[in-house]
Amino acid sequence: MIGRALLALSALALLAFLVAPGPFAPLFQPFTRNNAPAIYTQTSLLSLTLSHLAIVAVAVAASTIVGLVLAVLVTRKAGREFLPLARTVTAVGQTFPPVAVLALSVPVMGFGTGPTLVALFLYGLLPVFENALAGLTGQPPQVAEAARGMGLTPRQRLWQIDLPLALPLLLAGMRLTAVISLGTATIGSTVAARTLGEVIIAGLLSSNTAFVLQGGLVVGILAVLIHHGFGALERRAGRRMGLA
Amino acid sequence: MIEIRNLTRLYGRTAVVDDVSLTVDSGQLLVLVGTSGSGKTTLLRMINRLVEPSAGRVLIDGVDTATLPAHLLRRRIGYAIQGHGLFPHRTVAQNIATVPRLLGWPRAQIDARVDELLHLFQLDPAVFRDRMPHQLSGGQAQRVGVARALAAKPDLLLMDEPFGALDPLIRAKAQADLKEIQRRLGTTLILVTHDMAEAVALGDRIAVMDKGRLLQDDTPATILTDPATPFVRDLIGTSDRALRLLSLTPVAALATPGEAPGPAIAPDASGRDALAECLWSGRAALPVEGGGIVTLDTLRAQASQR
Repeated sequence: MIGRALLALSALALLAFLVAPGPFAPLFQPFTRNNAPAIYTQTSLLSLTLSHLAIVAVAVAASTIVGLVLAVLVTRKAGREFLPLARTVTAVGQTFPPVAVLALSVPVMGFGTGPTLVALFLYGLLPVFENALAGLTGQPPQVAEAARGMGLTPRQRLWQIDLPLALPLLLAGMRLTAVISLGTATIGSTVAARTLGEVIIAGLLSSNTAFVLQGGLVVGILAVLIHHGFGALERRAGRRMGLA
Repeated sequence: MIEIRNLTRLYGRTAVVDDVSLTVDSGQLLVLVGTSGSGKTTLLRMINRLVEPSAGRVLIDGVDTATLPAHLLRRRIGYAIQGHGLFPHRTVAQNIATVPRLLGWPRAQIDARVDELLHLFQLDPAVFRDRMPHQLSGGQAQRVGVARALAAKPDLLLMDEPFGALDPLIRAKAQADLKEIQRRLGTTLILVTHDMAEAVALGDRIAVMDKGRLLQDDTPATILTDPATPFVRDLIGTSDRALRLLSLTPVAALATPGEAPGPAIAPDASGRDALAECLWSGRAALPVEGGGIVTLDTLRAQASQR
């Protein structure tokens, strides 16, 4: 109950700050030096946040689609031998530093949103893929046996049984990917993607801790809210089937 | 009628089911019994082609099952397994409606069928229709599992250890209910179990399997009095076979004319129940409801090896 109230409060505070950051200036004033501005005004914080969220949403959607399709393919009879390969590819995507992805893709794609999307997509693939895999393979064997025994075709089993039962774990994978991407997206501003990283970088360049702080805080609160949003969806999906 | 002809299943070079032939008449209840690894479950699963036979054929009413697409064959055959295998994300009603939905029944007919089956299994539709499987007790889930297998009115029902997960008290009731429902619907039923007591309690016929081979296929009384091999005798267990034999015969079949004092026993109670009552109440004869008596001597003669 207290947790939910705190969550609602921070959501409200974040919204107020994004719409009208001016009144919050005294809060950040102690972190400035030499009368530097306390609030970043170069670009509207609201538009930066919306752009940041949009980039993360597109990247998470792409990771989810590709990760889920991959997990479905390698759990079918014909695709089973590709499981180790798919695992390696997604694991490499996770371990290859996003900064390096940016550096490598800028010469190909140019500056802007593109390289950031690629970096986030690769970085977010692993959690979705592994969770979808666990969801698709971790079902009680009796359920699969009953589905087969009653005459569901392989496709009907996938859509009516396997995917619905994998949903809670898939949502958990999307939650991890979304939270990771939200933080990682800030480095996109080094290659001119419009993200909240712009505020943080501006703060670093001008030695203005207030900018760094407000950029970080906005991203942090967004991550907490999204984490809880997905968590609520997972619980709802899981409760229906009698999971915790 | 189900005809199993020379059915064999090889895994590598090992025959899990080895040249088994069996015929089950319509409306009959056949129990396949054997220890684990005897091939009984594999034999059952070859009937609805969850396992494809290496050799041999299965004919249902003269039609070779190998000529039908497997998923269409399975929709015509009821299938209930140990631990029920209910779909955890679907309500009781949706679970029961699985096969009728696959067959494209109209909505109203499906709803009516679901309610009919819930009534048949003594589950109030108003209470249970919208429950999720995790909200059911073990006995209730098992009944829903059987109801689901019967939903599309199959002529043949296959059951693999359907009562394995139930505690003994509920199991006895579930067995009696199943037999009653099977009689009433006239469904041909093939049931797999490792429990000889269950086989004797349920079966019109018992087929005993060991190491993939069919050892004996006979009525429960013959299996008890005349086991074909030492293995079958071991499986029966010799300590209480007299009592098992008695449990096969209803009191009505043992009644003789006469009068006896004390409370009467129901005609559909078993000879075993009558013997227990004689011993408990210290009487040599019990009156049977509707006339006649059953005597200790009759019971003794019935229970001995002839």
